Amino acid sequence: MRTALVVLRKDLRVEARTLETVPAMVLLALVTFVIFHFALDRDTIEGQLAAGVLTATLLFAAMLGINRLFVAEREQGGFDAFLLAPVDRTALLIAKAAALFIYLAVLEVIAVPAFGLLLLGSSLGHALPGMILILVLADLGLAVIGTLVSAIAVHTRARDLIGPVIGLPLLLPALIATARAIGPLLRAAHPATAPPGRWLAVLALYDLVFALIAYGVFDFLLED
Amino acid sequence: MRSTTYGKGLRGLSIATVATITVALVLVFFYAPLDASQGFVQKIFYVHVPLAIISLLGFIFGGLLAIGYLRTGDRSWDMRSYVAIHLGLIFGVAGLISGSIWAKASWGHWWVWNEPTLVSFLIVLLLFATYQPLRFSIEDPERQARYASVFAIVAGAFVPLNYLAVQLATAYVHPRVLTLSSANLPPSMGLTFAVSLLGFALLYVTMWKYEMAAKNARGQVRRLRRTLLGDDVVRPGGRSAAPS
Repeated sequence: MRTALVVLRKDLRVEARTLETVPAMVLLALVTFVIFHFALDRDTIEGQLAAGVLTATLLFAAMLGINRLFVAEREQGGFDAFLLAPVDRTALLIAKAAALFIYLAVLEVIAVPAFGLLLLGSSLGHALPGMILILVLADLGLAVIGTLVSAIAVHTRARDLIGPVIGLPLLLPALIATARAIGPLLRAAHPATAPPGRWLAVLALYDLVFALIAYGVFDFLLED
Repeated sequence: MRSTTYGKGLRGLSIATVATITVALVLVFFYAPLDASQGFVQKIFYVHVPLAIISLLGFIFGGLLAIGYLRTGDRSWDMRSYVAIHLGLIFGVAGLISGSIWAKASWGHWWVWNEPTLVSFLIVLLLFATYQPLRFSIEDPERQARYASVFAIVAGAFVPLNYLAVQLATAYVHPRVLTLSSANLPPSMGLTFAVSLLGFALLYVTMWKYEMAAKNARGQVRRLRRTLLGDDVVRPGGRSAAPS
């Protein structure tokens, strides 16, 4: 746990000093909102359409972060150093997943209000408590799967391609659940007050299963 | 790698496969009754559903074999897992195409989004289709085997979760032809389906054994040539994603 904290602090410090990943994710999300405005030819959207636009945008922004996650480790020999150190390898999984979770949270803190200003036709304030709960669960899944996929992809020859190609289908169930859970909250007429329970259950189950699998297989991705 | 002979019993197995599939086809065309609402085209069900089921089982089988690799580090487990997933993909594509034909004939569209089995099957197939590109882009054979095994395990666990999510997301409009309890098939159709499923399962096992035998033989030939001619003369033929 201590090792994980050290690695996480290192990652956050590098990110704070270089500002490489998170600003790019935020910019991509904002540009995507503009693209959706023109592609859909709508000034405001609401309901399931709004939920879908928001989820897809966050997913593509997350893919940027996922692709960058292990690049520094690979380019600067961090993997070898980590393997040489007498520490539990799972610490790297926990640290990287936590870092990705924090990146996603920062992204959403900016992108969700921006979505509310730019595109959303219904009131965001009303939906916000439910959305925070959904997005936290979704981010957990994105962080775990993203770390796993990134660790697989970083050692392949075509790593920028392999990451999204494996990651997108693997994240689809979480995506379905997120979009469907947010949908009723963003309806213009009679928005739901609480997110649908069964989608929260699916998200939680998905997070739990893949966290356990990632915990089980991650060590094999670091052997050398 | 141990020199297992995968060719053992292959002749008997092949004959059993051909016989079972022949019997299944005879049952499909001459024994099973015509479906009251769909007529003749419903008979593709006896090909489509077994293909899809065997394909999914093949993916899960590949995941289990991959666990064997990670536990033992023996590369032959990785080869078994590769062949299982590779054949699962072939069966899966065939299943998807036959399903599409069935959908066109009975519902009027090549693709319907409100059939959760179809949609979740497509997602699973899209995921497993990345298995070979992943292998292909890793040079080191040891790492290739390890990463492919990790992928196979993760993707194998993905199959049921994905099905759950897609099924919840879909509003039912079509009656379930086949549920887990399988109670809504008349006995004559049920028997035909069971024989057909057995036939395709045998086909999968036979093809798996054939490919394993071929890969094994090729590996042995290469090893023999290497001992006879020396290491640097014999190079692996071409760049391939397949383990050898």
